[in-house]
Amino acid sequence: MILNKEMANSSKKLSLLKKGEKCIVDSYIDENMQQKMLDMGCLPGEVITIDRFAPLGCPIAISVGGTVLCIRKDEAENILVNVIE
Amino acid sequence: MLNSKKKIKVALIGNPNIGKSTLFNLLTGLHQKIANFPGVTVEKKTGSSTIFNSATGDANYLEIIDLPGTYSLYPNSPDERIPFEILCDPNNEDHPDIVVILADGTNLKRSLFLASQVIDLKIPSLLALNMMDLVQAQGIKINADELERRLGIRVCPIIARKCIGIEELKQALINDLPVPTSYVYDITLIKPTLLASIKKELNLKSNYAALQIANHINSLEHFQISKEQQAILKNLFVGIEYDENKIQSFESLERYKSIQQIIESCVRLPHEKKVSFSTRIDKLLVHRIWGYAIFICILFVIFQSIFSLAEFPMNFIDETFTGFINIVRDFLPSGVLNDLIVKGVLAGIGGIIIFVPQIAMLFMFIAVLEDTGYMARVSFLMDKLMRNFGLNGRSVIPLMSGVACAVPAIMSTRTISSWKERIVTILVIPLMSCSARLPVFTLLISLIIPTNYIGVFNLQGLVLMSLYLIGFLAALLASIVISGLIKSKHKNYFIMEIPVYRMPRWSNILYSILDKVKIFLLDAGKIIIAISIVLWFLSSRGPGEKFEKVNQEISQLSPDKTDAQKRLHLESLKLEYSYAGHLGHLLEPIIKPLGFDWKIGIALVTSFAAREVFVGTMTTIYGVGSDKNLTVKEKMRIEKDVLTGKPRYSVAVGWSLMLFYAFAMQCMSTLAVVRRETGSWKWPVIQFLYLSGLAYFTSLIVYQILK
Repeated sequence: MILNKEMANSSKKLSLLKKGEKCIVDSYIDENMQQKMLDMGCLPGEVITIDRFAPLGCPIAISVGGTVLCIRKDEAENILVNVIE
Repeated sequence: MLNSKKKIKVALIGNPNIGKSTLFNLLTGLHQKIANFPGVTVEKKTGSSTIFNSATGDANYLEIIDLPGTYSLYPNSPDERIPFEILCDPNNEDHPDIVVILADGTNLKRSLFLASQVIDLKIPSLLALNMMDLVQAQGIKINADELERRLGIRVCPIIARKCIGIEELKQALINDLPVPTSYVYDITLIKPTLLASIKKELNLKSNYAALQIANHINSLEHFQISKEQQAILKNLFVGIEYDENKIQSFESLERYKSIQQIIESCVRLPHEKKVSFSTRIDKLLVHRIWGYAIFICILFVIFQSIFSLAEFPMNFIDETFTGFINIVRDFLPSGVLNDLIVKGVLAGIGGIIIFVPQIAMLFMFIAVLEDTGYMARVSFLMDKLMRNFGLNGRSVIPLMSGVACAVPAIMSTRTISSWKERIVTILVIPLMSCSARLPVFTLLISLIIPTNYIGVFNLQGLVLMSLYLIGFLAALLASIVISGLIKSKHKNYFIMEIPVYRMPRWSNILYSILDKVKIFLLDAGKIIIAISIVLWFLSSRGPGEKFEKVNQEISQLSPDKTDAQKRLHLESLKLEYSYAGHLGHLLEPIIKPLGFDWKIGIALVTSFAAREVFVGTMTTIYGVGSDKNLTVKEKMRIEKDVLTGKPRYSVAVGWSLMLFYAFAMQCMSTLAVVRRETGSWKWPVIQFLYLSGLAYFTSLIVYQILK
């Protein structure tokens, strides 16, 4: 339990998650990208589900607030998240 | 009287993929115009609409502009700069009287982000709440009256694809919409004195407009603000710490908080969520094996259709138009004017309308793929692969279409959102072997390649296939090189929405086809006609006495020749003595290292109209002499090199010529279309030079080695 909680508290890059994992957006590393993600409704605190990876591992399809977004792996590296399940 | 005809300027704004073009088509019908926004290659669609007041019967005239889809007023790309500039600059020539904000009822939070920005600019607005059918199907409840009260603007629930709620929306548009009274999110906390001075200096209506100006203080070049005033504005920032990125994200987050409150008061979401239909289809369509298999099948169908199916309407147009040209030729008195109209103007027009079936067919497929939502999946599947070459996932369909014809293929690159990747795609498309090269290749292959078999493979067939393959590989290599050379001003994000699958709307597809055909006929068409007239002049007029005396020369021919033979001889001599003929001779020293003589030089000049003209020109040139009734192929085969006595069309010359045609930009229609699609002559010129250079040096090397 304790181990799980510790892991949940340390944020990691979205690009490191696996298919099916759920996480909460913590913050963005790249400011410009943050604005683009905010425009599309992907705010800190929002729940992201990794839907699937493209066959070659990039881009990644993620579900946010009822819509599916498609982002490249290097863009996902700019999103810090906390894994919830 | 005139005053009552004053047009109300309406701007239509909304997120991508939520039915904006459907609503635009419903409001304007066929009264649409397409142009580019000045200075950028973003399509500007405007249309007009007449709405009769249901109470008084008065007619109201609306001029509607369809703004590019965007998620916010903060621009990330050239497309998104347009709505920002038009709405935030009250002096912009397209600044509207009314804004229709299209919102997606199933994703209200995101839609209201853009909507609230527009409302806070204090422009009279109306919220068209679309997709109410999906809202109901998903079990979402929206209280539209409460939403109207909270936003302070009219809210009209609609289902655009079923044409429901449109009449109410139209009536609302003509009944004096008020200026929004309150801000959805008032930015009073951000730099109040600075923003107050900007607002005062520019006489702005809203605090939010002042903030937008402040955030873009260094990129106001497209704003109608004088240099002096811009300097005054910049002076206001002296001594003030202003980080626009921080302010933007602060503002966005605060704005979302206000929106969240509004949503909590008027939207109720269902408790459980069903696995959507789209998710289930995607299991198959973006599957790592089936996804590609299905995509290849779709590509195959598109390719087959524009390659072979389009041939029937093209032949029909060709025959009908040739018939028409013959009627005109016989009807008009013969002379220079007749010649100009028939061989210059009409030949040019014929060369333009022949493309219509291919353009219509390709855009039918593309519109269906876009409208159903499949195109986003193509990007998803192909992005990684194509990015290795500096291309975009969406470059695949334009590239494959290039095998049929570069003209519709280049027009279809508009689906590529990144400017740089789109330019790279446009520049390499002509390297894909198009159908116009086929007659050239088959003629030359049959001249130099024996009809042997290697195993079960026909050698000639193998060579033809290798030419297609060489073109394809050259396109990929060129993409890598070009994308390394082009610097992009914008940092481009790939981030895009994958829309849910929907049935295509046939009326939208029809509009899309009509748009493209219209653009091609009107914009590219005039350039093609101009070049066609120049080419006619070059090949039918000539300098000096020699050209004038051709007729005498013919009459001195032995009397036992038939009229047909005399006419062929005449045409051939005329071509040789024409300006094109002189150009051919002039070119000879330059193209000699490639193994080409002046005859080929003439064909290079004339086939600039279209590559297949090469065959026609060769037929005319070889119309000379020889009493026997030989075909052009046979005449070319027996042609001997004057110096060596060996066949003129040796293997070396044949390969050199084929590779030249595989690479060279021998197509005026492609150039015209690139000019139209990129908005300047810069890119077609660059493209022409690099392709000609590539063709020249490849042919040079190949000829020198094989010789």
